[in-house]
Amino acid sequence: MKPEKQIPGPVSRAGTIPTRMGTWSTAKPVLKGKCTFCLFCWVFCPEGAISQDEANRKVTFNFEDCKGCGICVRECPTKAIEMVEQEGER
Amino acid sequence: MATQMPTRKFITANEAVAQAARLARVDVVAAYPITPQTSIVEKIAKYIADGEMDADYLKVESEHSALTACMGVRMAGARAFTSTSSQGLEYMHEMLAYAAGGRYPLVLVNVCRSVALPWSIWGDQQDAIQQRDTGWIQIFTETGQEALDMVLQAYRIAEDHRVLLPVMVCLDSFIQSHTEELVEIPDQAAVDAFLPRYDPVVTLDVDNPYSISVGAFGKNYARWREEQQAAAEKSGEIILEVGDEFARIFGRHYGGLIEEYHCDGAEAILLAMGAFNGTARDMVDEMREEGKAVGLVKVRAFRPFPIEPLRKVLSGVKAAAVLDRDCSWGYEGALATDLKAALYGLPDPPAILNFIGGLAGADVPPERMRYMLEKALTAERGATPHLEFIDR
Amino acid sequence: MKLKDIEKEEFYRASYGCAGCAAVLAVRLTIKVLGKNSVYVVPANCISTVSCYYPQAPFFVPFTVMAFAATASACSGISAGFKRRGREDIHVVGFSGDGGTADIGIQALSGAIDCGNKFIYICYDNEAYMNTGIQRSGLTPYGATTSTTPAPCFENRPKKDMLRIVAAHDIPYAATACSSYPLDYMEKVKKASQVNGPTYIHILTPCPTGWGFPPDETIEIGRMAVESGLWKLTEFENGEFRTTYTPKRRRPVSEYLAAQTRFRHLSPEQVAAIQKEIDAARG
Repeated sequence: MKPEKQIPGPVSRAGTIPTRMGTWSTAKPVLKGKCTFCLFCWVFCPEGAISQDEANRKVTFNFEDCKGCGICVRECPTKAIEMVEQEGER
Repeated sequence: MATQMPTRKFITANEAVAQAARLARVDVVAAYPITPQTSIVEKIAKYIADGEMDADYLKVESEHSALTACMGVRMAGARAFTSTSSQGLEYMHEMLAYAAGGRYPLVLVNVCRSVALPWSIWGDQQDAIQQRDTGWIQIFTETGQEALDMVLQAYRIAEDHRVLLPVMVCLDSFIQSHTEELVEIPDQAAVDAFLPRYDPVVTLDVDNPYSISVGAFGKNYARWREEQQAAAEKSGEIILEVGDEFARIFGRHYGGLIEEYHCDGAEAILLAMGAFNGTARDMVDEMREEGKAVGLVKVRAFRPFPIEPLRKVLSGVKAAAVLDRDCSWGYEGALATDLKAALYGLPDPPAILNFIGGLAGADVPPERMRYMLEKALTAERGATPHLEFIDR
Repeated sequence: MKLKDIEKEEFYRASYGCAGCAAVLAVRLTIKVLGKNSVYVVPANCISTVSCYYPQAPFFVPFTVMAFAATASACSGISAGFKRRGREDIHVVGFSGDGGTADIGIQALSGAIDCGNKFIYICYDNEAYMNTGIQRSGLTPYGATTSTTPAPCFENRPKKDMLRIVAAHDIPYAATACSSYPLDYMEKVKKASQVNGPTYIHILTPCPTGWGFPPDETIEIGRMAVESGLWKLTEFENGEFRTTYTPKRRRPVSEYLAAQTRFRHLSPEQVAAIQKEIDAARG
């Protein structure tokens, strides 16, 4: 693939992520209850910050991409997810 | 070198342009009709319908969409052609800037026509001149032969990896576009040897994905603009290279960025762009026979502006008469302004007399050419009088 | 289509979209359906603005920014170019907002459908010019306040019926959808991708910032729009309209309106009038 700098005109390589959006929110989703692996939160997350852990039949959350919108909390049919304030460096 | 079997036909410049699009093996033609460009796209449609031209005709609903579609074709890695005039060129204006800034090697044939208001379907060069800041290479042609040849050269120039800028080949309405003359249509094999397949640098490639034609601000934006400027400035060299190679293969040379006629020892030189150079050349001959030291510079490349060749040819000349078929209203003719800027700093610069004429199809007959040259011969060195309208 | 069958790879990540943005969700789901063999044309709108400032490139597939009015004509040209290069397998997708579709982009859309090349035109409808500050568009619904239709001069025109407009062009396939019904939407995208011609999908994408509701309610708001009968999930195929989802029991539109600050100013009489109109239209 040609290095970007050799391509004339405004072009950037696909999938370039200079900044992660996780810093937007200090509150992050955490599984407190039982995940039934229904995948509702996974499909509704706008950021794709939720992954499927098929071996353990539960979802996992990527805090680096999570903007903290809370849709997953809202849509979980068993109310298994809670937004929890994260400590540490912002 | 392939055996050349050109055909010679008595055709209009518009038809010559259509032939060039066919010979250039364009993949897609996306154009919207407007007088006096219409016969270009009508001829192309006929060639395609008759099976003489292998291209797809995209029936776009406006000029804005025409140029956008051409950009899309380029993004997909294929070759596109479009053509327009006047109001159509203006409607495309937004996309002209997109194409140049995005470094799309488009080729557009503009049949130069005046812009409303007043509404006019007849020729002058206001439409093309008004787009001079968009970043397109602009070349003005005089004859049907030159138009055909320049469309072929335009693809070479635009697609050259050192350039990658869109090229506007300009014709004059009616007196050039609709006038028939004997035109040599090159052989396809010879054109194929001159103009290879399009070799893009970047496209919408699913195997090598890029975000193309994106946004930027601050220093990133500036970086790309500097690169664009450098490419535009360098394009002058490539225009000359391509012109020389074309001459070697096809036997026709147009002089480069400017074409000089009887400039040696000239005291007064007329500068003009486009078809009126024909009349001007005849008048120069006539006045030379009378012993008057006059000459003609046909300005072919308007962008990039041929600074060095003009400085060279006008050094030591007493006066230049500039015929502008356009005006930057509120100031003066664009060719005159750019010429003055190009000559800035010359010791003992010529007088520059700006004549605005040939507007909206008005003829500039031989006696008007004589009028301009006589005025130049008697002008005060270094003077730059206010512009004069010469259409009567 | 089942949730577990949907592609797991993410092709659209780390955009600067607002938290809870349904348009971002729509892009994410669209690329999951179409896969790597797809290219995206996005004009000036929220999605391009949050995806295109160098060096950021949240699209993991080819993407280009296009002039505001020009989405459909760019799609038309790209499709024509791919056809010439024997790459009709690549999906060409235009992802345009409501303004870029129903207002400034409508002419190009009309022309592009008429040209007949293969592309999928997706209008994501957040019902105003959101990225420039919530100004009204031709798809702003009756009763909504925006920055150019502030109360008491709220929007007094209904949404333009884009589905019927494209249907009137004899488009081979068109549909309406909502981000709250992802499987319905994704099936429609899949169907559109199999048509050898222009297709149009209109997805309602609620906007927390512009409509005035907390970002975690995005899916619920979309659900209320559909369950109240205000927004229908339909298809237009072979010249016929068909509903793809009918709510079993309709929720009162007042719930939907009360949940958004852009409708806060409506009087009970005005709300009742809106309900009456829905009842009359849906039967």
